Amino acid sequence: MVTVRRSALAQPCDGKLFPEPGEVLSYGSDLRQRRDLRSPRPLGELRLCARGIQRRRGFISALSGQRCSMTQSVIVQVGQCGNQIGCCFWDLALREHAAVNQKGIYDEAISSFFRNVDTRVVGDGGSISKGKICSLKARAVLIDMEEGVVNEILQGPLRDVFDSKQLITDISGSGNNWAVGHKVFGSRYQEEILEKLRKSAEHCDCLQCFFVIHSMGGGTGSGLGTYLLKVLEDEFPEVYRFVTSVYPSGEDDVITSPYNSILAMKELNEHADCVLPIDNQSLFDIISKIDLVVNSGKLGTTIKPKSLVTSSAGTFKKWQEKPFDAMNNIVANLLLSLTSSARFEGSLNMDLNEISMNLVPFPQLHYLVSSLTPLYTLADVNVPPRRLDQMFSDAFSKDHQLIRADPKHSLYLACALMVRGNVQISDLRRNIERLKPSLQFVSWNQEGWKTSLCSVPPVGHSHSLLALANNTCVKPTFVELRERFLRLYKKKAHLHHYLQIEGMEESCFTEAESSLSALIREYNQLDATKSMPVEDLPRLSVAV
Amino acid sequence: MSIVTVQLGQCGNQIGFEVFDALFIDSHCPQRLSSKRENEAYQASCKERFFSEEENGVPIARAVLVDMEPKVINQTLSKAAQSGRWKYGQHSSFCQKQGSGNNWAYGYSVHGPRHEESIRNLIQKEVEKCDSLSGFFIIMSMAGGTGSGLGAFVTQNLQDQYSNSLKMNQIIWPYGTGEVIVQNYNSVLTLSHLYRSSDALLVHENDAVHKICAKLMNIKQISFSDINQVLAHQLGSVFQPTYSAEGSFHYRRNPLGIDWQIRPPLPGLPNLSKMSLNKELHFNTSIANLLILRGKDVHSADLEGFKDPALYTSWLEPVNAFNVWRTQRAFSKYEKSAALVSNSQFLVKPLDMIVGKAWNMFASKAYVHQYTKFGIEEEDFLDSFALLEQVVASYCTL
Repeated sequence: MVTVRRSALAQPCDGKLFPEPGEVLSYGSDLRQRRDLRSPRPLGELRLCARGIQRRRGFISALSGQRCSMTQSVIVQVGQCGNQIGCCFWDLALREHAAVNQKGIYDEAISSFFRNVDTRVVGDGGSISKGKICSLKARAVLIDMEEGVVNEILQGPLRDVFDSKQLITDISGSGNNWAVGHKVFGSRYQEEILEKLRKSAEHCDCLQCFFVIHSMGGGTGSGLGTYLLKVLEDEFPEVYRFVTSVYPSGEDDVITSPYNSILAMKELNEHADCVLPIDNQSLFDIISKIDLVVNSGKLGTTIKPKSLVTSSAGTFKKWQEKPFDAMNNIVANLLLSLTSSARFEGSLNMDLNEISMNLVPFPQLHYLVSSLTPLYTLADVNVPPRRLDQMFSDAFSKDHQLIRADPKHSLYLACALMVRGNVQISDLRRNIERLKPSLQFVSWNQEGWKTSLCSVPPVGHSHSLLALANNTCVKPTFVELRERFLRLYKKKAHLHHYLQIEGMEESCFTEAESSLSALIREYNQLDATKSMPVEDLPRLSVAV
Repeated sequence: MSIVTVQLGQCGNQIGFEVFDALFIDSHCPQRLSSKRENEAYQASCKERFFSEEENGVPIARAVLVDMEPKVINQTLSKAAQSGRWKYGQHSSFCQKQGSGNNWAYGYSVHGPRHEESIRNLIQKEVEKCDSLSGFFIIMSMAGGTGSGLGAFVTQNLQDQYSNSLKMNQIIWPYGTGEVIVQNYNSVLTLSHLYRSSDALLVHENDAVHKICAKLMNIKQISFSDINQVLAHQLGSVFQPTYSAEGSFHYRRNPLGIDWQIRPPLPGLPNLSKMSLNKELHFNTSIANLLILRGKDVHSADLEGFKDPALYTSWLEPVNAFNVWRTQRAFSKYEKSAALVSNSQFLVKPLDMIVGKAWNMFASKAYVHQYTKFGIEEEDFLDSFALLEQVVASYCTL
């Protein structure tokens, strides 16, 4: 007979069914014992914050049979890169919802990323939960230690989408120094960051996930962005932390990027639920390929003017002048597709909590390689099955990955296929059967597929596919990172810039390096099992 | 006698809708072969089982809808309402916002206790509307988090509260190649728990139904809607009213009154040699078979083939193991139809496969931290494995 150990559950105190917001619950120490690499914290205390209110509301609406609403997510964009990508994301999100929601009613899908605010009401109130859209405000917090990028956003077409109270800026910048971002600005802005995050959480009925967008190679995104992760973990332990990290390419012009990246990696290892690594070189290659196809004048290949590959600012042809625009759009697309099955209906839904559950077999192995297809739409909309199958094939090719990686020739731990648009279960199954033989899955997860079908396609496409792979192909990126780091560190080059910051010691670097090495070892061990034959383990023998 | 249906999770709710729709459409299908009186009796019986009356004449399904996230329930409620034929009760649904994340432990250990009272109240309200309760029909999948985990919890609750009523669980067996990566863990945990609290597990495999759509119905692009409709069709032909043994003019009162009792061999009988899984079998050995015939010529059908001793285990006489219900009123637009409900070895291979895969994964401890986080420990896994190995072994020795 299975008895569920009460102490291990989220039991409210005093037998009350619904705790007060902010109330402290105690958990048994069984909880979280598996999160080995997490920094030690007193296991036992948990603060509910806004969730307490939501739970009570959920109960009431159940009794009266009202329709429940969905969960919300908050985007935290940090640093120059983070904010530029974030800006593209909000632009695309608005366009996607505008295309889907023709009547201008504030519905649950929109509420996942936007608040509906009555601008006539002064102050912070004025949130409208349903009815016509009055003014949409992004559920976002924008952080940058320089003013340039954020100011540009606030003067651009998206200025009304952001609340001035959602910003944290400084003027001096982090000087491409992780220590400045993490230690100096971290402590200086801790209170303000906490306050803005709490505010954004309070505006949510049921907050499910924080999406942090940043780059690894600089100072603000890398240092302050990862400082944030610890804050989020302490303050909102039940809310997922999904991090989109732009890794420096080989020819990065920031000399100290290996230091910044490796110091940030340690934080990602310990405080992120899921990391989606991206690198600029891969994005650039993808954009170049699209350009090639478009300009080659191949039969019927045109970019649909409203497709999500273009930004609303101009057509795709301008990409050579502003390559980052098109590149950022791809990342923005990634985030939209990731959340599409949670926001829109479909015959096989996939919520954000399912991503972590299915794709993270061990807590430390939470790096997911992503690929998006198709990246451009051909002129005809009614795509015959052969083209549909091509979409699946492309998702596994190394040219479509958003990071330099070749999943087909490495080992899969788990794979998720999130399909949007007019695709049915039989199409999905046919393609899995077709592609499976050419892919290598780890012995204990031979059928490690997680699938979802969302009925709503992205704007300008009839269908699309996002593939998320937990695959050892991510290892070379880490190995390269460590090599670049060691080359610099051996010479102690530029180290004094870091060590002169209070709280920084050489041990920070050595600890970060060993954290990364431990991760690489895990991947190596898995890779070693690749060529071994898959044997069934002896089963339990029972008496009949 | 009435059946209260509990639809759990996305799968349960999507299928539940199709089932009620199939039942309703069949009962209102114009029948040329049956007499008017027969047809009316059929409709009335169907109505009593599955629907309750509403003021303005739109029947309300006797159902409770449960899901831990709102999208599917919202969709299901509106689909039913829009059809204009029947609908769900206004206050018959319970949902939350966050879902169960495909985590059995979360569905069972967190959602279960947290929402126990609310769900129980909803079910009780539905039970009170019935003149006499025949039992519960619980529709759920095994692969996800809500249907599987919360479904197991709810079934256990029903066992405690309504121990005299029959509980039948409609379980959806996931596709062999993943819908959910931890589906084998979820399935093992679900089955082992249901074995202790459910009276009968009616199984539909996605792979099998998919094949039906592909090969028998020639559907090119198969959607879950197609699959669910086939399923609903099968269930409808089993659960619609059938004549009771007494006479042709009374419909069987207890719709779930299938005799599921397995009588294992008494000690003292000669030892039977074990049958290995690899043995060439033309038929899976059965313990019990129920054949439901509807339509024309039901009384003249030749059923000798079903009484062949080769179909049944050696310690059962075919006459004890085989039952047939015949009803002249046809099902839907089919002049003749037959449905077979079977308790046999057909599930041994799929079950064995699921247990094997789950065991392999468990040996590497992959994903186990996601379960222990919410109170399902390694011993609980081991208990579940042990129980299912016993089930496999028991079926193998038939």
